[in-house]
Amino acid sequence: MSFDRQLIPRWRQGYRFQFEPAQNGHVLLYPEGMIKLNESASAIGGLIDGERSVEAIIAALDEQFPGVPELGTDVEQFMEVARAEHWIELA
Amino acid sequence: MQSTGLNSPESAVTETVATDPGLRIPPKPEVGLPLWLLAELTYRCPLQCPYCSNPLDFAKQGQELTTEQWFKVMAEARQMGAAQIGFSGGEPLVRQDLAELIAEARRLGYYTNLITSGIGLTEQKIIDFKKAGLDHIQISFQASDEQVNNMLAGSKKAFAQKLEMARAVKKHGYPMVLNFVTHRHNIDKIDRIIDLCLALEADFVELATCQFYGWAHLNRVGLLPTKDQLVRAERITNEYRARLAIDDNPVKLIFVTPDYYEERPKACMNGWGNIFLTVTPDGTALPCHGARQMPIQFPNVRDHTMQHIWYDSFGFNRFRGYDWMPEPCRSCDEKEKDFGGCRCQAFMLTGDASNADPVCSKSEHHGLITQARDEAEYASQTIEQLAFRNERNSRIIAKS
Repeated sequence: MSFDRQLIPRWRQGYRFQFEPAQNGHVLLYPEGMIKLNESASAIGGLIDGERSVEAIIAALDEQFPGVPELGTDVEQFMEVARAEHWIELA
Repeated sequence: MQSTGLNSPESAVTETVATDPGLRIPPKPEVGLPLWLLAELTYRCPLQCPYCSNPLDFAKQGQELTTEQWFKVMAEARQMGAAQIGFSGGEPLVRQDLAELIAEARRLGYYTNLITSGIGLTEQKIIDFKKAGLDHIQISFQASDEQVNNMLAGSKKAFAQKLEMARAVKKHGYPMVLNFVTHRHNIDKIDRIIDLCLALEADFVELATCQFYGWAHLNRVGLLPTKDQLVRAERITNEYRARLAIDDNPVKLIFVTPDYYEERPKACMNGWGNIFLTVTPDGTALPCHGARQMPIQFPNVRDHTMQHIWYDSFGFNRFRGYDWMPEPCRSCDEKEKDFGGCRCQAFMLTGDASNADPVCSKSEHHGLITQARDEAEYASQTIEQLAFRNERNSRIIAKS
Protein backbone atom coordinates (compact mmCIF):
# COMPACT_ATOMS: atom_id res chain seq x y z
CA MET A 1 0.00 0.00 0.00
CA SER A 2 1.50 3.32 -0.99
CA PHE A 3 1.67 6.14 1.51
CA ASP A 4 -0.29 9.29 0.73
CA ARG A 5 2.22 12.12 1.08
CA GLN A 6 -0.49 14.74 0.90
CA LEU A 7 -1.60 13.83 4.42
CA ILE A 8 -0.92 16.43 7.12
CA PRO A 9 0.38 15.14 10.46
CA ARG A 10 -0.39 16.83 13.75
CA TRP A 11 0.49 15.82 17.28
CA ARG A 12 -2.32 14.14 19.11
CA GLN A 13 -4.10 16.33 21.62
CA GLY A 14 -2.08 16.47 24.82
CA TYR A 15 1.19 15.41 23.15
CA ARG A 16 4.02 17.90 23.18
CA PHE A 17 7.32 17.84 21.31
CA GLN A 18 10.07 19.83 22.97
CA PHE A 19 13.80 20.15 23.44
CA GLU A 20 15.16 19.11 26.81
CA PRO A 21 18.50 20.75 27.58
CA ALA A 22 19.31 18.33 30.41
CA GLN A 23 18.91 15.35 28.04
CA ASN A 24 20.46 17.23 25.15
CA GLY A 25 17.71 16.00 22.89
CA HIS A 26 14.09 16.20 21.89
CA VAL A 27 11.32 14.38 23.69
CA LEU A 28 7.65 13.76 23.18
CA LEU A 29 5.71 14.45 26.35
CA TYR A 30 2.25 13.08 27.04
CA PRO A 31 0.12 12.34 30.12
CA GLU A 32 2.55 10.99 32.71
CA GLY A 33 4.99 9.81 30.10
CA MET A 34 7.90 10.74 27.89
CA ILE A 35 9.60 9.31 24.85
CA LYS A 36 13.14 10.33 24.01
CA LEU A 37 13.47 10.76 20.27
CA ASN A 38 16.58 9.98 18.27
CA GLU A 39 18.12 12.52 15.92
CA SER A 40 16.18 11.67 12.81
CA ALA A 41 12.87 11.44 14.67
CA SER A 42 13.67 14.82 16.22
CA ALA A 43 14.36 16.38 12.83
CA ILE A 44 11.03 15.09 11.52
CA GLY A 45 9.16 15.95 14.72
CA GLY A 46 10.38 19.52 14.58
CA LEU A 47 8.57 20.00 11.29
CA ILE A 48 5.20 18.66 12.41
CA ASP A 49 3.07 21.74 12.89
CA GLY A 50 -0.40 20.73 11.73
CA GLU A 51 0.12 22.61 8.48
CA ARG A 52 2.96 20.93 6.58
CA SER A 53 2.08 17.82 4.61
CA VAL A 54 4.31 14.78 4.69
CA GLU A 55 5.54 15.82 1.26
CA ALA A 56 6.45 19.29 2.52
CA ILE A 57 8.28 17.76 5.49
CA ILE A 58 10.30 15.54 3.16
CA ALA A 59 11.13 18.54 0.97
CA ALA A 60 12.21 20.62 3.97
CA LEU A 61 14.44 17.82 5.28
CA ASP A 62 15.93 17.29 1.83
CA GLU A 63 16.98 20.91 1.85
CA GLN A 64 18.40 20.65 5.36
CA PHE A 65 20.23 17.37 4.74
CA PRO A 66 20.83 17.14 0.99
CA GLY A 67 21.70 13.78 -0.51
CA VAL A 68 20.40 11.54 2.27
CA PRO A 69 19.28 8.35 0.53
CA GLU A 70 15.85 6.88 1.32
CA LEU A 71 14.83 10.09 3.10
CA GLY A 72 11.26 9.87 1.85
CA THR A 73 10.90 6.26 3.01
CA ASP A 74 12.32 7.11 6.44
CA VAL A 75 9.81 9.89 6.91
CA GLU A 76 6.97 7.65 5.77
CA GLN A 77 8.10 4.99 8.23
CA PHE A 78 8.22 7.47 11.07
CA MET A 79 4.71 8.64 10.22
CA GLU A 80 3.41 5.09 10.15
CA VAL A 81 4.94 4.21 13.51
CA ALA A 82 3.85 7.49 15.11
CA ARG A 83 0.35 6.99 13.75
CA ALA A 84 0.17 3.38 14.99
CA GLU A 85 1.34 4.52 18.44
CA HIS A 86 -1.28 7.29 18.34
CA TRP A 87 1.32 10.02 18.83
CA ILE A 88 0.10 11.82 15.73
CA GLU A 89 -3.04 12.07 13.67
CA LEU A 90 -2.82 12.12 9.89
CA ALA A 91 -5.54 13.95 8.05
CA MET B 1 -3.77 9.61 46.53
CA GLN B 2 -3.67 6.15 44.99
CA SER B 3 -0.75 3.82 44.66
CA THR B 4 -0.90 4.69 41.04
CA GLY B 5 1.23 3.21 38.30
CA LEU B 6 2.52 6.43 36.86
CA ASN B 7 3.61 5.59 33.35
CA SER B 8 7.32 5.24 33.58
CA PRO B 9 9.24 7.29 31.08
CA GLU B 10 9.89 4.86 28.28
CA SER B 11 13.49 5.70 27.86
CA ALA B 12 15.36 6.02 31.08
CA VAL B 13 18.18 8.44 30.61
CA THR B 14 21.33 7.96 32.57
CA GLU B 15 24.09 10.45 32.39
CA THR B 16 27.25 10.77 34.36
CA VAL B 17 27.49 13.72 36.64
CA ALA B 18 29.97 16.12 35.19
CA THR B 19 33.07 16.28 37.34
CA ASP B 20 36.19 18.22 36.70
CA PRO B 21 38.90 15.64 35.99
CA GLY B 22 41.48 18.05 37.46
CA LEU B 23 39.98 17.75 40.92
CA ARG B 24 40.70 14.01 41.27
CA ILE B 25 37.37 13.36 42.90
CA PRO B 26 36.60 9.66 42.85
CA PRO B 27 34.06 9.04 40.08
CA LYS B 28 30.49 9.08 41.27
CA PRO B 29 28.24 6.21 40.29
CA GLU B 30 26.02 7.03 37.35
CA VAL B 31 22.95 8.79 38.62
CA GLY B 32 19.88 9.27 36.47
CA LEU B 33 18.17 12.61 36.03
CA PRO B 34 15.13 13.37 38.19
CA LEU B 35 12.82 13.35 35.17
CA TRP B 36 9.66 13.03 37.26
CA LEU B 37 8.71 15.42 40.02
CA LEU B 38 5.71 14.41 42.10
CA ALA B 39 4.46 17.43 44.04
CA GLU B 40 2.27 16.24 46.88
CA LEU B 41 0.78 19.62 47.67
CA THR B 42 -1.28 18.65 50.68
CA TYR B 43 -2.50 15.72 52.74
CA ARG B 44 -5.91 17.35 53.08
CA CYS B 45 -8.56 15.38 51.20
CA PRO B 46 -12.35 15.25 51.21
CA LEU B 47 -12.30 11.50 50.47
CA GLN B 48 -11.41 8.66 52.83
CA CYS B 49 -10.17 5.89 50.54
CA PRO B 50 -9.06 2.91 52.61
CA TYR B 51 -6.31 2.13 50.07
CA CYS B 52 -4.69 5.56 50.15
CA SER B 53 -0.91 5.44 49.85
CA ASN B 54 -0.42 8.45 52.12
CA PRO B 55 1.35 7.71 55.40
CA LEU B 56 -0.88 6.49 58.23
CA ASP B 57 0.18 9.37 60.44
CA PHE B 58 -0.45 12.09 57.83
CA ALA B 59 -2.49 14.06 60.36
CA LYS B 60 0.58 14.92 62.42
CA GLN B 61 2.81 16.03 59.55
CA GLY B 62 4.25 19.52 59.53
CA GLN B 63 3.17 22.70 57.80
CA GLU B 64 2.59 22.79 54.06
CA LEU B 65 5.11 24.50 51.82
CA THR B 66 4.20 27.98 50.64
CA THR B 67 3.64 28.99 47.02
CA GLU B 68 7.12 30.53 46.85
CA GLN B 69 8.75 27.41 48.29
CA TRP B 70 7.05 25.31 45.62
CA PHE B 71 8.22 27.76 42.94
CA LYS B 72 11.80 27.24 44.11
CA VAL B 73 11.43 23.44 44.16
CA MET B 74 9.98 23.44 40.65
CA ALA B 75 12.61 25.78 39.21
CA GLU B 76 15.53 23.82 40.66
CA ALA B 77 14.17 20.43 39.63
CA ARG B 78 13.42 21.71 36.12
CA GLN B 79 16.99 22.93 35.81
CA MET B 80 18.15 19.44 36.74
CA GLY B 81 16.06 17.85 34.00
CA ALA B 82 12.62 17.22 35.48
CA ALA B 83 10.17 17.25 32.56
CA GLN B 84 7.00 15.83 34.08
CA ILE B 85 5.33 17.29 37.14
CA GLY B 86 2.39 15.69 38.90
CA PHE B 87 0.29 17.79 41.26
CA SER B 88 -1.04 15.33 43.75
CA GLY B 89 -1.85 14.95 47.42
CA GLY B 90 -4.15 14.41 49.33
CA GLU B 91 -6.44 16.34 47.07
CA PRO B 92 -4.42 19.06 45.30
CA LEU B 93 -7.57 21.06 44.55
CA VAL B 94 -7.78 22.19 48.16
CA ARG B 95 -4.66 24.32 47.60
CA GLN B 96 -5.90 27.82 46.81
CA ASP B 97 -2.74 28.57 44.82
CA LEU B 98 -3.10 25.59 42.46
CA ALA B 99 -3.64 27.71 39.33
CA GLU B 100 -0.55 29.76 40.20
CA LEU B 101 1.54 26.65 40.68
CA ILE B 102 0.33 25.22 37.36
CA ALA B 103 1.12 28.46 35.54
CA GLU B 104 4.64 28.61 36.95
CA ALA B 105 5.30 24.94 36.17
CA ARG B 106 4.14 25.39 32.60
CA ARG B 107 6.22 28.55 32.23
CA LEU B 108 9.27 26.55 33.33
CA GLY B 109 8.58 24.01 30.57
CA TYR B 110 7.08 21.14 32.53
CA TYR B 111 4.42 18.83 31.20
CA THR B 112 1.83 19.49 33.89
CA ASN B 113 -0.40 16.72 35.28
CA LEU B 114 -3.20 17.22 37.78
CA ILE B 115 -3.93 14.03 39.71
CA THR B 116 -7.28 14.51 41.38
CA SER B 117 -10.35 12.77 42.75
CA GLY B 118 -12.45 15.36 40.93
CA ILE B 119 -14.07 16.36 44.21
CA GLY B 120 -13.88 20.12 44.45
CA LEU B 121 -13.40 20.51 40.71
CA THR B 122 -15.72 22.82 38.76
CA GLU B 123 -16.03 23.58 35.08
CA GLN B 124 -14.73 27.08 35.79
CA LYS B 125 -11.59 25.64 37.41
CA ILE B 126 -11.10 23.35 34.42
CA ILE B 127 -11.19 26.43 32.18
CA ASP B 128 -8.92 28.45 34.48
CA PHE B 129 -6.35 25.65 34.71
CA LYS B 130 -6.33 25.35 30.94
CA LYS B 131 -5.53 29.04 30.68
CA ALA B 132 -2.80 28.58 33.28
CA GLY B 133 -1.26 25.90 31.03
CA LEU B 134 -2.39 22.61 32.52
CA ASP B 135 -1.59 19.78 30.08
CA HIS B 136 -3.54 16.87 31.50
CA ILE B 137 -6.04 15.84 34.16
CA GLN B 138 -6.22 12.42 35.78
CA ILE B 139 -9.41 11.61 37.67
CA SER B 140 -9.59 8.69 40.05
CA PHE B 141 -12.72 6.64 40.50
CA GLN B 142 -13.33 4.25 43.35
CA ALA B 143 -15.80 1.96 41.51
CA SER B 144 -18.03 1.86 38.44
CA ASP B 145 -21.04 1.56 40.65
CA GLU B 146 -22.40 4.63 42.39
CA GLN B 147 -23.09 2.99 45.71
CA VAL B 148 -19.75 1.21 46.06
CA ASN B 149 -17.89 4.28 44.83
CA ASN B 150 -19.53 6.55 47.34
CA MET B 151 -19.06 4.14 50.18
CA LEU B 152 -15.35 3.80 49.45
CA ALA B 153 -14.87 7.47 48.86
CA GLY B 154 -16.75 8.24 52.05
CA SER B 155 -18.93 10.77 50.23
CA LYS B 156 -22.52 10.57 48.99
CA LYS B 157 -22.06 12.79 45.99
CA ALA B 158 -18.67 11.62 44.80
CA PHE B 159 -19.73 9.52 41.84
CA ALA B 160 -22.09 11.96 40.12
CA GLN B 161 -19.52 14.75 40.57
CA LYS B 162 -16.75 12.63 39.02
CA LEU B 163 -18.84 11.77 35.97
CA GLU B 164 -19.72 15.40 35.41
CA MET B 165 -16.10 16.51 35.76
CA ALA B 166 -14.75 13.77 33.49
CA ARG B 167 -17.12 14.99 30.76
CA ALA B 168 -16.05 18.59 31.34
CA VAL B 169 -12.35 17.66 31.14
CA LYS B 170 -12.85 16.17 27.68
CA LYS B 171 -15.13 19.01 26.60
CA HIS B 172 -12.35 21.50 27.27
CA GLY B 173 -9.81 19.65 25.19
CA TYR B 174 -7.61 17.94 27.76
CA PRO B 175 -6.25 14.45 27.39
CA MET B 176 -7.69 12.41 30.25
CA VAL B 177 -6.45 9.51 32.30
CA LEU B 178 -9.01 7.68 34.38
CA ASN B 179 -7.61 5.78 37.29
CA PHE B 180 -9.45 2.94 38.97
CA VAL B 181 -7.84 1.32 41.95
CA THR B 182 -9.16 -2.20 41.86
CA HIS B 183 -9.44 -4.59 44.79
CA ARG B 184 -11.49 -7.60 45.84
CA HIS B 185 -14.71 -5.54 46.17
CA ASN B 186 -14.75 -4.02 42.68
CA ILE B 187 -12.46 -6.07 40.44
CA ASP B 188 -15.23 -8.43 39.33
CA LYS B 189 -16.91 -5.45 37.69
CA ILE B 190 -13.90 -4.73 35.50
CA ASP B 191 -16.02 -4.91 32.34
CA ARG B 192 -18.31 -2.20 33.66
CA ILE B 193 -15.33 -0.14 34.74
CA ILE B 194 -13.81 -0.31 31.25
CA ASP B 195 -17.19 0.41 29.62
CA LEU B 196 -17.54 3.50 31.77
CA CYS B 197 -14.05 4.72 30.83
CA LEU B 198 -14.76 4.21 27.14
CA ALA B 199 -18.07 6.05 27.43
CA LEU B 200 -16.24 8.95 29.10
CA GLU B 201 -13.67 8.93 26.25
CA ALA B 202 -10.61 8.46 28.44
CA ASP B 203 -7.29 8.48 26.57
CA PHE B 204 -5.62 6.23 29.13
CA VAL B 205 -7.24 3.93 31.66
CA GLU B 206 -5.23 2.77 34.65
CA LEU B 207 -6.66 -0.40 36.12
CA ALA B 208 -4.36 -0.42 39.07
CA THR B 209 -4.81 -3.34 41.37
CA CYS B 210 -4.22 -1.99 44.81
CA GLN B 211 -0.60 -1.98 45.96
CA PHE B 212 -0.13 -2.34 49.65
CA TYR B 213 1.40 0.78 51.12
CA GLY B 214 0.09 3.24 53.68
CA TRP B 215 -3.59 2.70 54.37
CA ALA B 216 -3.84 -0.10 51.84
CA HIS B 217 -1.27 -2.10 53.81
CA LEU B 218 -3.33 -1.62 56.96
CA ASN B 219 -6.42 -2.90 55.10
CA ARG B 220 -4.71 -5.57 53.06
CA VAL B 221 -6.83 -8.53 54.09
CA GLY B 222 -9.97 -6.66 53.11
CA LEU B 223 -8.55 -5.50 49.76
CA LEU B 224 -6.34 -8.16 48.17
CA PRO B 225 -8.24 -9.95 45.40
CA THR B 226 -7.96 -13.69 44.96
CA LYS B 227 -5.85 -15.22 42.23
CA ASP B 228 -9.02 -16.21 40.34
CA GLN B 229 -10.41 -12.69 40.52
CA LEU B 230 -7.17 -11.30 39.17
CA VAL B 231 -6.81 -13.81 36.35
CA ARG B 232 -10.35 -13.17 35.25
CA ALA B 233 -9.91 -9.38 35.32
CA GLU B 234 -6.74 -9.57 33.25
CA ARG B 235 -8.38 -11.88 30.72
CA ILE B 236 -11.32 -9.50 30.31
CA THR B 237 -8.96 -6.54 29.97
CA ASN B 238 -7.07 -8.37 27.22
CA GLU B 239 -10.33 -9.10 25.41
CA TYR B 240 -11.14 -5.39 25.46
CA ARG B 241 -7.64 -4.55 24.24
CA ALA B 242 -8.03 -6.88 21.26
CA ARG B 243 -11.36 -5.32 20.34
CA LEU B 244 -10.05 -1.77 20.74
CA ALA B 245 -7.06 -2.56 18.54
CA ILE B 246 -9.35 -3.82 15.77
CA ASP B 247 -11.33 -0.58 15.99
CA ASP B 248 -8.06 1.41 15.98
CA ASN B 249 -9.29 3.08 19.16
CA PRO B 250 -6.42 5.15 20.64
CA VAL B 251 -7.40 4.47 24.26
CA LYS B 252 -4.75 2.57 26.17
CA LEU B 253 -5.67 0.18 28.97
CA ILE B 254 -2.95 -0.12 31.57
CA PHE B 255 -3.38 -3.12 33.86
CA VAL B 256 -1.26 -3.08 36.99
CA THR B 257 -0.92 -6.48 38.66
CA PRO B 258 -0.42 -6.39 42.42
CA ASP B 259 3.02 -7.51 43.52
CA TYR B 260 1.46 -10.17 45.68
CA TYR B 261 0.82 -12.40 42.67
CA GLU B 262 4.28 -12.09 41.18
CA GLU B 263 7.30 -14.34 41.66
CA ARG B 264 9.77 -11.58 40.86
CA PRO B 265 9.64 -8.06 42.29
CA LYS B 266 8.98 -4.95 40.26
CA ALA B 267 11.84 -2.66 39.30
CA CYS B 268 10.45 -0.20 41.80
CA MET B 269 10.67 3.45 40.68
CA ASN B 270 13.10 2.26 37.99
CA GLY B 271 15.66 2.20 40.75
CA TRP B 272 16.12 4.21 43.93
CA GLY B 273 16.81 7.88 43.22
CA ASN B 274 17.04 7.20 39.51
CA ILE B 275 14.08 8.99 37.87
CA PHE B 276 11.50 9.87 40.51
CA LEU B 277 11.56 12.63 43.06
CA THR B 278 8.63 13.18 45.39
CA VAL B 279 8.22 16.26 47.53
CA THR B 280 5.67 15.81 50.31
CA PRO B 281 3.39 18.58 51.65
CA ASP B 282 5.83 19.61 54.38
CA GLY B 283 8.83 19.67 52.05
CA THR B 284 10.37 16.28 52.78
CA ALA B 285 11.96 14.96 49.60
CA LEU B 286 11.60 11.24 48.92
CA PRO B 287 12.81 8.84 46.21
CA CYS B 288 9.23 7.51 46.06
CA HIS B 289 5.95 8.48 47.66
CA GLY B 290 5.96 5.44 49.94
CA ALA B 291 9.40 5.98 51.45
CA ARG B 292 8.41 8.27 54.28
CA GLN B 293 7.77 5.40 56.69
CA MET B 294 11.36 4.21 56.46
CA PRO B 295 13.78 4.80 59.32
CA ILE B 296 15.84 7.15 57.16
CA GLN B 297 16.25 10.86 57.69
CA PHE B 298 15.18 12.28 54.34
CA PRO B 299 16.19 15.82 53.40
CA ASN B 300 13.76 18.74 53.38
CA VAL B 301 13.56 21.29 50.58
CA ARG B 302 13.43 24.06 53.21
CA ASP B 303 16.99 23.23 54.24
CA HIS B 304 18.69 22.08 51.04
CA THR B 305 18.80 22.70 47.30
CA MET B 306 17.31 20.08 45.00
CA GLN B 307 20.80 19.56 43.60
CA HIS B 308 22.10 18.57 47.01
CA ILE B 309 19.03 16.46 47.76
CA TRP B 310 19.23 14.45 44.54
CA TYR B 311 22.96 13.98 44.22
CA ASP B 312 24.45 14.28 47.69
CA SER B 313 21.89 13.52 50.39
CA PHE B 314 22.20 10.35 52.41
CA GLY B 315 18.58 9.36 51.83
CA PHE B 316 18.74 9.49 48.03
CA ASN B 317 22.05 7.61 47.91
CA ARG B 318 21.06 4.98 50.45
CA PHE B 319 19.97 2.35 47.91
CA ARG B 320 21.65 3.52 44.74
CA GLY B 321 23.88 1.05 42.94
CA TYR B 322 24.27 -2.51 44.19
CA ASP B 323 26.76 -2.37 47.05
CA TRP B 324 24.08 -2.15 49.74
CA MET B 325 22.55 -5.47 48.76
CA PRO B 326 22.78 -8.52 51.01
CA GLU B 327 22.08 -12.01 49.66
CA PRO B 328 20.15 -13.29 47.78
CA CYS B 329 20.20 -10.04 45.76
CA ARG B 330 23.96 -9.51 45.85
CA SER B 331 24.80 -12.53 43.73
CA CYS B 332 21.54 -12.56 41.76
CA ASP B 333 21.84 -12.24 38.00
CA GLU B 334 18.55 -10.33 37.88
CA LYS B 335 19.57 -7.52 40.23
CA GLU B 336 20.19 -5.09 37.38
CA LYS B 337 16.70 -5.75 36.10
CA ASP B 338 14.69 -5.26 39.29
CA PHE B 339 17.14 -3.70 41.80
CA GLY B 340 15.92 -6.18 44.41
CA GLY B 341 12.37 -4.81 44.20
CA CYS B 342 10.74 -2.30 46.48
CA ARG B 343 12.65 -1.01 49.52
CA CYS B 344 9.47 0.13 51.27
CA GLN B 345 7.88 -3.27 50.90
CA ALA B 346 11.03 -4.98 52.15
CA PHE B 347 10.96 -2.70 55.19
CA MET B 348 7.24 -3.08 55.88
CA LEU B 349 7.25 -6.86 55.63
CA THR B 350 10.69 -7.83 56.98
CA GLY B 351 11.72 -4.89 59.15
CA ASP B 352 14.91 -4.36 57.14
CA ALA B 353 14.78 -2.17 54.04
CA SER B 354 17.95 -3.77 52.59
CA ASN B 355 16.38 -7.21 52.34
CA ALA B 356 15.14 -8.63 49.08
CA ASP B 357 11.55 -7.62 48.40
CA PRO B 358 9.56 -10.62 49.75
CA VAL B 359 7.62 -10.68 46.48
CA CYS B 360 10.69 -12.44 45.07
CA SER B 361 10.48 -16.21 45.38
CA LYS B 362 14.20 -16.20 46.20
CA SER B 363 13.51 -14.20 49.37
CA GLU B 364 13.51 -16.14 52.61
CA HIS B 365 10.44 -14.08 53.53
CA HIS B 366 8.44 -15.04 50.44
CA GLY B 367 6.18 -17.11 52.70
CA LEU B 368 4.59 -13.84 53.88
CA ILE B 369 3.38 -13.25 50.33
CA THR B 370 2.07 -16.74 49.73
CA GLN B 371 0.35 -16.61 53.13
CA ALA B 372 -1.40 -13.37 52.12
CA ARG B 373 -2.54 -15.07 48.90
CA ASP B 374 -3.97 -17.93 50.94
CA GLU B 375 -5.74 -15.51 53.27
CA ALA B 376 -7.33 -13.82 50.27
CA GLU B 377 -9.09 -17.09 49.48
CA TYR B 378 -11.20 -16.97 52.63
CA ALA B 379 -11.15 -13.30 53.69
CA SER B 380 -14.61 -12.06 54.61
CA GLN B 381 -14.10 -8.40 55.46
CA THR B 382 -16.74 -6.08 54.03
CA ILE B 383 -16.06 -2.59 52.75
CA GLU B 384 -17.59 -1.10 55.88
CA GLN B 385 -15.05 -2.94 58.03
CA LEU B 386 -12.03 -1.31 56.40
CA ALA B 387 -10.13 1.46 58.21
CA PHE B 388 -11.01 4.63 56.35
CA ARG B 389 -8.32 7.20 55.70
CA ASN B 390 -9.39 10.24 57.69
CA GLU B 391 -7.97 12.60 60.30
CA ARG B 392 -9.57 10.79 63.20
CA ASN B 393 -8.17 7.38 62.28
CA SER B 394 -4.81 8.92 61.48
CA ARG B 395 -4.55 10.55 64.89
CA ILE B 396 -5.47 7.31 66.65
CA ILE B 397 -2.83 5.45 64.65
CA ALA B 398 -0.21 8.14 65.21
CA LYS B 399 -0.75 7.92 68.97
CA SER B 400 -0.57 4.16 69.25
